[in-house]
Amino acid sequence: MSASQGAAAPPAPPRVEIPRPQAQVLRRFLQGDLGSLRVLIAIAVIWAIFQVEEPRFLTAVNLTNLVLQITAVGLISVGVVLVLLLGEIDLSVGAVSGVCSAIMAVLNVQHGWNPYLAIAAAVVAGAGIGLFQGFMFDFFGIPSFVVTLAGLLAWQGVQLKVLGDTGTVNLNDPTITGLTGTFYGDTVGWLIAIVGVGLFAGTRLWARRSRVRAGLEAPPLGAVVLRISVVAVAVIATVAVLNASRGVPLACLILVGFVLVFQYVTTRTRFGRHIYAVGGNAEAARRAGISIMKVRVVVFMLASSMAAVGGIMAASRLLAVNQSSGGSDLLLLAIAGPVVAGTSLFGGRGSIWTALLGAVVIGSISNGMDLLALASSIQFIVTGAVLLAAVVVDALARRQRAASGRI
Amino acid sequence: MSGSAANGEVLALENISKSFGPVQALEGVDFSVRAGEVVALVGDNGAGKSTLVKVISGIHHADSGRILFEGHPVTIARPNEAVALGIATVHQDLALCDNLDVVANLFLGREEMEPGVGHVLRSLDETDMERRSHELLGTLAVTITDVRDEVGTMSGGQRQQVAIARSLLGEPKVMVLDEPTAALGVRQTAQVLDLIKRLRDQGQGVVVVSHNLANVFAVADRIFVLRLGQAAGDFDRAEVSEERVVAAITGADAVAGNNGHSNGGAR
Repeated sequence: MSASQGAAAPPAPPRVEIPRPQAQVLRRFLQGDLGSLRVLIAIAVIWAIFQVEEPRFLTAVNLTNLVLQITAVGLISVGVVLVLLLGEIDLSVGAVSGVCSAIMAVLNVQHGWNPYLAIAAAVVAGAGIGLFQGFMFDFFGIPSFVVTLAGLLAWQGVQLKVLGDTGTVNLNDPTITGLTGTFYGDTVGWLIAIVGVGLFAGTRLWARRSRVRAGLEAPPLGAVVLRISVVAVAVIATVAVLNASRGVPLACLILVGFVLVFQYVTTRTRFGRHIYAVGGNAEAARRAGISIMKVRVVVFMLASSMAAVGGIMAASRLLAVNQSSGGSDLLLLAIAGPVVAGTSLFGGRGSIWTALLGAVVIGSISNGMDLLALASSIQFIVTGAVLLAAVVVDALARRQRAASGRI
Repeated sequence: MSGSAANGEVLALENISKSFGPVQALEGVDFSVRAGEVVALVGDNGAGKSTLVKVISGIHHADSGRILFEGHPVTIARPNEAVALGIATVHQDLALCDNLDVVANLFLGREEMEPGVGHVLRSLDETDMERRSHELLGTLAVTITDVRDEVGTMSGGQRQQVAIARSLLGEPKVMVLDEPTAALGVRQTAQVLDLIKRLRDQGQGVVVVSHNLANVFAVADRIFVLRLGQAAGDFDRAEVSEERVVAAITGADAVAGNNGHSNGGAR
């Protein structure tokens, strides 16, 4: 048989047209931003609608309010994104935020602990809860859905127990209430804006320079400058609006700070790369020598810790912790936010930014509907519809990937 | 002693037997691969190919027999021991993360870090990994246009090439490829076969498990036939006909098959 010719014979078809490097780099550069762009457009539409219906919506006072409203849920969402990237879910984050804030409140108010110690104890308690749940999930192979559902019930019970008979602990410690009650006025606000934009510009330009030096394709300088300008305008506009009211809230800095830290961790560190790998193909990650158990347990610990941080901020804003802290729709909104903003429920795709963007989307909707004094029945229905629409978009994107051979 | 290293054998298995309960999967098999040689491992389903590959890659441990690596007796109790020795295995399912780009997949589990303190928060050295990816894929003449594309967007042939390139980063001396051309189109198969030839030209010992005799004849220097867990032929590709190999696989020439190095095409 002329078998040996079998493989060599195929009439070499013309090489696939290789796109010009510049065009390619530009395409990827845009693609990276397009996901966020879709959400930003959605936010713009939502804001436009509410502004038309209710002129108070886009005022400095209300936007400052909006920032304070989304802080807690945004912080919880940061942890939720980590879990979603693994392709898992954590249904306990609401209850964990409640029980941890209760621990902080009781330690601070009833036991006279130093506020910083009380806050640290609450976060450590959150980490411990995450350690336990992550271990149960990984070691016994119980679906995370079930482990954290059990957690949702159990931690609510612990919260009632911790709060004791009165069921409410009022907070008056200036450090704790100051977390959401502190605002940085004019000069400090602008200083923050300048430092933030400067850091962003510096890292972008530095990244481009090191690529050029290594002889790799780099995005055109103009595109980098454009991107820096867009971010600068956004930051300056935000600070200007906030300064027009009470100033830049400390809560806003805490939220953005955590988002930036976890954005760095997920995209720039080895651990972050491993989160995406485990979420994309756990077996491949295992064979590459990654300890799946370690990644999973640490992610669940981080998720519960961030739930604790969110709970602390919520308590600070409410000036109290009560039996319904961390309850109601907090959990669902914390999960809905990132999903609305484009983090996949199927694992391996998404970013920490979606925690912030999603919180803005969901927060804007509920803030706007509050201003319009819509019945809570309507509010629930609208929020549910938005979440469903976002999940449909995610499922369609996934189906499209599958159709083009990517799963 | 064996003198394996003297005759260029980088990996040699001697008298390997392995059974699973009552099933004798391998029985007294001698198998070797030299540096710069492509050995095709062929045989019918259940002939013991997978078991032999798993013994080589440390997933199974042989009941008896010994393994020589570069002339020295070694034990391979676990997959990472095989990797540490310099034996890289590309399994059929490739084990790639579709949601990550080529660079991330190539360096998965051995990411390069920027210099600095603090193990946990140190930054990945993306530029250097990307530069090395270009180098590696360039020397292999791999047909990938953009190393920052997600692997999930790529064709089967490209994915196979990424998987092979990834195992090369560990600088192995022996590559074991399990069905590298299964489920690939004609042109993609040709790409992968070309890559295998380049591996050989770079001095790798390559073991290719394949069902496809056309591909085997296109790429192999030597063809090793397993039948019912035993060696059923060890042919020089240049001197054997496809019919002869088929006969060894099916057992139609059970008599001739047992004498190891046959004079192939003579028949």
